[in-house]
Amino acid sequence: MIEEKKVLTRHADSPGMIDVKNYIKDNGYKGLEKALEKKPLDIVEEVKKSFLRGRGGAGFPTGFKWSFIPTDKTKPHYLICNADEGEPGTFKDRVIMENDPFLLIEGMTIAAYALQADLGFIYIRGEFKWIAEILERAIQDARKVNMLGENIMDKGFDFDLIVMRGAGAYICGEETALIESIEGKRGQPRIKPPFPANSGLYGCPTIVNNVETLASIPFIAEHGAETYKLMGGFQAAGTKLYGISGHVNRPGVYEYPLGTNLKDLIQYAAGGVRNDKKLKAVIPGGLSATILKEDEIDIPMDFDSCVKADTMLGSGGVIVMDEDTPIPEIALATINFYVHESCGQCTPCREGLAKIQQILKILLAGNGTIQDIDTIIKLANTIDGTTLCPLGEAGGAVIRAMIKKFRSEFDALVS
Amino acid sequence: MSTSTLPQNKDAVTYTLDAKLVSNIEKLADQFPDKHSAILPALHIIQDEFNWIPPESVNQLCDILDTTPNKIYSVLTFYTMFHTKPVGKYHIQVCRNVSCSLMGASNLIEHLTQKLNIQPGETTPDGKFTLSLVECLGACGNAPVMMLNDRYHENLTADKIDDILKSLE
Repeated sequence: MIEEKKVLTRHADSPGMIDVKNYIKDNGYKGLEKALEKKPLDIVEEVKKSFLRGRGGAGFPTGFKWSFIPTDKTKPHYLICNADEGEPGTFKDRVIMENDPFLLIEGMTIAAYALQADLGFIYIRGEFKWIAEILERAIQDARKVNMLGENIMDKGFDFDLIVMRGAGAYICGEETALIESIEGKRGQPRIKPPFPANSGLYGCPTIVNNVETLASIPFIAEHGAETYKLMGGFQAAGTKLYGISGHVNRPGVYEYPLGTNLKDLIQYAAGGVRNDKKLKAVIPGGLSATILKEDEIDIPMDFDSCVKADTMLGSGGVIVMDEDTPIPEIALATINFYVHESCGQCTPCREGLAKIQQILKILLAGNGTIQDIDTIIKLANTIDGTTLCPLGEAGGAVIRAMIKKFRSEFDALVS
Repeated sequence: MSTSTLPQNKDAVTYTLDAKLVSNIEKLADQFPDKHSAILPALHIIQDEFNWIPPESVNQLCDILDTTPNKIYSVLTFYTMFHTKPVGKYHIQVCRNVSCSLMGASNLIEHLTQKLNIQPGETTPDGKFTLSLVECLGACGNAPVMMLNDRYHENLTADKIDDILKSLE
């Protein structure tokens, strides 16, 4: 059996937590209170020591990212919360924002103090309009109780937040595309370097962190890095929200220590494959994570273990497929997504993915050849390493893995 | 996402922003370090008002935010949520991504095309319904999912869709 650990979801079942008074009554803002007693750089150090890694997908160590912000402040600093939850299979950040908006706001306020940020943005996907409204109300309430705005908690620290809605572009989850979007431009990724920590929003030092990452900060600030590290495993500290969808008995978002076994998550958290069917395949970390076969899922769900298994933890969005699932059709649904969401800036992504889509359609219509299957693999190989952001590469790589692992199903389309 | 082929009735309606909306957008622009950051939020406000982004409103927005139609159109055509043509009074957007597909989205799409007698991307002749297919709406745990205007409808079945459509008659 596996044991749930409720840090980020401790208020998920308490509907009253969208009221700041209830949040404070339930030990809310204890982390901020402690943080404001310390020096900003001490908080950066504490987060570094906690081994917290970014929960948006890339898994970059959060404290390390924060330490890139210049300490001699010559320009405004900005903090951005990436709430553009759009990776297919991912529906976790909304659980925090809908049920416990002050946890995110507190986390952002602590982060802003550590980074000496003047202003923060919550960039939320446009479709989540009602959640944006919850956040806006929460921000107003936090200002009323002196937890946002000027002289927060009478400690002389000023910080405020703006909620900004995207408008249906997945690519704006990429941090430089997100920054472009806040600047009122097309959401196209920038060439890096410079990295946002040096030159981000409006050319100023900027840190972009995912909702779940920022919501983990109050616990670390209140209880310390050592206590945080007690949850999870080596180089895999803390808890993780796993969103499990597809052919399972109990789809949903579950919080477990980082490194919880994937097989156990599917079996115990989500109640196993539904309708007494056998498991066929799992996409473990959002659509951009390489597919795993039934016999490949006995792995700890943390960043390094997933890389070892030739896939990635990504956002922790687990998509489960039963024995009746036709993988070539899943491949088409997958490539449709990447073609639709390619920003069009890099030719290998824009053209390569569209070509893969075209060939898959031909194969599924029964008009393909064996060579077509190999051409898809060649196209995916060509995209590798030739784009500004990971979208194109991910789109090609996941299709390539589906073909390699389920080759007979693709071959059957041409025989 | 391509949207409707609805004929534009250019004579009947004026698509200019009234003083209140203009003032809302001006206030919005003031909160940002750079007022061009107000382009996306302003487009949301305009679309909330008209259900699409009429060219007249874009011209007004240029005056408010001190920019050009070229700049605004380059932005608004990038984002699939903004419509450069009118959509139906009820815009139905069905997710067709992997989790929703696994849970039977294609049957529901088929059901909707039959019920509404239009294909995805089309609007009913009376201008009431537009049907679109979209990629992941971030509700995979409650798949299959669709949006009806601003609202999510989750754990969909054909029966539920029938009830929803009936409630709109």
